[in-house]
Amino acid sequence: MLKVFQVIVRRDLTLALRRRAQIVNPLVFFVIVVSLFPLGVGPEPNLLKTLAPGVIWVAALLAAMLSLEGMFHSDFEDGSLEQLLLTAHPVSLTVLAKVVAHWLVAGLPLIVLAPLLGVLLHLPGESIQVLVITLALGTPVLSLIGAIGVALTVGLRRGGVLLSLLVLPLYIPVLIFGAGAIDVASSGVSASAHLFILGALLALALSLAPWAAAAALRISIE
Amino acid sequence: MWVWLHKFGSPKYFFTISGRLLPWLGGATLLLLAAGLYLGLFASPADYQQRDSVRIMYIHVPSAWNSMFIYLLMAVSAAIGLIWNIKIADIVAAVSAPIGASFTFLTLVTGSLWGKPMWGTWWEWDARLTSELILLFLYLGYMALQSAFEDRRTAARASAVLAIVGAVNLPIIYYSVQWWNTLHQPQSLGVGMSTIHASMLIPLLLMALAFKLFFFTVLLIRTRSEVLERERNSGWVQEVIEEMAAKTETNLGRSGNEYR
Repeated sequence: MLKVFQVIVRRDLTLALRRRAQIVNPLVFFVIVVSLFPLGVGPEPNLLKTLAPGVIWVAALLAAMLSLEGMFHSDFEDGSLEQLLLTAHPVSLTVLAKVVAHWLVAGLPLIVLAPLLGVLLHLPGESIQVLVITLALGTPVLSLIGAIGVALTVGLRRGGVLLSLLVLPLYIPVLIFGAGAIDVASSGVSASAHLFILGALLALALSLAPWAAAAALRISIE
Repeated sequence: MWVWLHKFGSPKYFFTISGRLLPWLGGATLLLLAAGLYLGLFASPADYQQRDSVRIMYIHVPSAWNSMFIYLLMAVSAAIGLIWNIKIADIVAAVSAPIGASFTFLTLVTGSLWGKPMWGTWWEWDARLTSELILLFLYLGYMALQSAFEDRRTAARASAVLAIVGAVNLPIIYYSVQWWNTLHQPQSLGVGMSTIHASMLIPLLLMALAFKLFFFTVLLIRTRSEVLERERNSGWVQEVIEEMAAKTETNLGRSGNEYR
């Protein structure tokens, strides 16, 4: 089972690395969206500091949305997804492997880039630390919940906008606790309560989302 | 029980039973609605602080209860349809969504109408209003997914998964919004409904019951027409239509050729 998991992750990573633009585009989008805000609301440092957690998190949400579609789409088009579903291994394992691969290409780079954006928006050093931790806990949840949405819409011709309609409301708790943790940290209080809840959300999503996404995939492929 | 469930789940049986049930349900709804509205709008006293605007509550609170109740009912019947392949359950889930969305919208509108004189603003990011708004988004997503598939069976199954995921998420969203709200506005504008006098409670409960019955009436009507549409190629639907045409013919006392 573990071998299957590894094989799928490696395969997806190889595929992703051969199409670098697909990895880079959501990242560029992330940076551009965040840097639009100072242009929109003005360069006042204190204002930017208060807006920063929300802005960075919302931009991360949207960037994660953008990269989601690629999770199953090309596999669906060339038929390999159907073959993966036909194997004797549990579909939820396949889904989990694909989610992990997706997070490594789409989530991890966001975490690496985020401190830079934090500096641009005048976040203090400690808050940037918390920002990185929240993203590390939160972006896997985004990939996991997103997998359900992608699995539901993969067979549809215009799934893109629909996907965001389905998935964004489900992202709200992550947004609240992610941005909330940074807010709390900026005001000098320990953010551990928020981080624990983010961790709990991650545990919950990790244990439930693969099943739901597997069921959704079976329905879509039929 | 299984035999009974599948018997009731068959569209034809459902159509006959619901046809007999409908007049009673509709009548009870009208009676309760009239009683509740009279007691609420005329007989009950105005609040000493909120004056007459308190009467919005008799619409607002029942529709808020309905909006959540309907989501639950939708998710449960979608799950039943997904697991046991019962057509009626699929249809009930599909037609519940627009009704639930309307009640959610009504809740938001009445809440904001009430908020204007009370809080001085049309919209306040209050925990309950915000979660109603998110609930509306969930309904809209469900309806969008429902209409995205051409095949009805796939649409029902796919949106059933979404409804279940949404139902699992709903408590999480609700509590996170509440936490978010207490963090951002320490002193939330309390409604202060902790004690409510019987003269207000009775019309409120009457209206709540009336709204529930109203929902079931509309649900039955919509389910019946959806059943007719989906089963339009089966024999019993043809019979029903011919029967209806014959009835209209005798009622109008002229040739019914145009109805055929």
